[in-house]
Amino acid sequence: MKYSLGYLFDLAVVITEKELKVRYKSSFFGYLWSIANPLLFAMIYYFIFKLIMRVQIPNYTVFIITGLFPWQWFASSTSNSLFSFIANAQIIKKTVFPRSVIPMSNVLMECLHFLCTLPVIIFFLYVYGMHPTLNWIWGVPLIGLGQMILTLGIALMLSTLNLFFRDLERFVTLGIMLMFYCTPILYDASMIPEKYRWLVEYNPLANMVLSWRSLFMDGVINYHDIAWLYFFGALFLMMGSWIFNKLKYRFAEIL
Amino acid sequence: MTQVIEFQHVTKSYPLYHHIGSGIKELIFNPRRAWTLLSGRSYLAIEDISFSVLKGESVALIGRNGAGKSTSLGLVAGVLKPTSGVVKVVGRVASMLELGGGFHPELTGRENIRLNATLLGLRRKELNARIDKIIEFSELGEFIDEPIRVYSSGMLAKLGFSVITQVDPDILIIDEVLAVGDISFQRKCISTINEFRKKGVTILFVSHNLSDIQKICDKVIWIENHKLKEMGEAENIIALYQAAMA
Repeated sequence: MKYSLGYLFDLAVVITEKELKVRYKSSFFGYLWSIANPLLFAMIYYFIFKLIMRVQIPNYTVFIITGLFPWQWFASSTSNSLFSFIANAQIIKKTVFPRSVIPMSNVLMECLHFLCTLPVIIFFLYVYGMHPTLNWIWGVPLIGLGQMILTLGIALMLSTLNLFFRDLERFVTLGIMLMFYCTPILYDASMIPEKYRWLVEYNPLANMVLSWRSLFMDGVINYHDIAWLYFFGALFLMMGSWIFNKLKYRFAEIL
Repeated sequence: MTQVIEFQHVTKSYPLYHHIGSGIKELIFNPRRAWTLLSGRSYLAIEDISFSVLKGESVALIGRNGAGKSTSLGLVAGVLKPTSGVVKVVGRVASMLELGGGFHPELTGRENIRLNATLLGLRRKELNARIDKIIEFSELGEFIDEPIRVYSSGMLAKLGFSVITQVDPDILIIDEVLAVGDISFQRKCISTINEFRKKGVTILFVSHNLSDIQKICDKVIWIENHKLKEMGEAENIIALYQAAMA
């Protein structure tokens, strides 16, 4: 059955709505958690790294949150997508629709959460005497789209593989934690000793975080980092789609 | 008369995936068993089945539990792909394959109607126009705004069926779910199915209720032991089936 673009859009909206409702149905604070969670972590990191270990980075709070919030989008999408097919087993086994809508809706949902955190970033910028610049208007969609492509590729790949190899959950949880420390979110890229620079050179997540940070804090659009982000994004999207397309017909059997 | 469903020498086997879940401990303590699992055991659900259904026909699938009926329906719906052979289906398929299938337990009846109808192919505008009719058909009253985990099985069947009736399917598949409705609901469903037949919708019906089958279906396909045993006029095949089961 061939699907029209309008139908796919309606479907994505309905499934994203459903994911949002299901997540926050019995929750009192609801959407606030998506802001409170990273913010609380930012406070803890500030306490440890600025006050206790006395890292010499100016405007450390803004420094952290401009990396932490985009990271939250990526990490939540990836870990939620691991279970997304399993959680939707009912509808996958009984109805036919493009299965890729499910990880897509996870990425979209976390994107919405991320957009809700932008006002918080703006607030902290003002607190530190900085302000948002005009090029946010095209900078945010540009980097956002790159991140969406990268995250979608990884989500497709991992959610498909997790169905067949359940241990992947553990690996990914550890992997995300590991990548968090290998990405210059809590520290500046220049602080890394020479022989470990490749962690930043070949890490698409580092490109992602650095481009967000230079947009938010310095008002500069770093085309070099963004180009690498799109490159890796396209790479992962191709890999993820290939794996997904190979295995999607077996979903209903294995769920 | 066009063929809307065609099975050509279709075989479906399910690979058994236990070995992935058994883990390293199995491998160490029961190496022989682990070896047989790894060598790819599979369960043969249906074997070399061929039949075709013309547009507007109303066909029932009967057979023992485990014979292969639900697998066949899954293949028609497109949820499963055959291991070998060809399955050709023409038109939009709406199916009720399981009670509460396509629904999420935490959402309300109304939200689930949205979800299920969109999954079955309705666009947002069409859905908004028809949602009141769906709610009315379901006879759920105020319960429509309660989460469906509080519904009884009869209510779930009513909800599922009322969505299907409004999505304009070309092929309608119903798998053993009508049995839980009360008499008035069953009567309503049967009259709705007959209306669909008049409109030229093709019906695939699985049931163990032979009198229901005689009310709705012209043709019956009998699947026994994973193979196609008999196919033909409803009365004849039902008589053969009853004789065999006696």
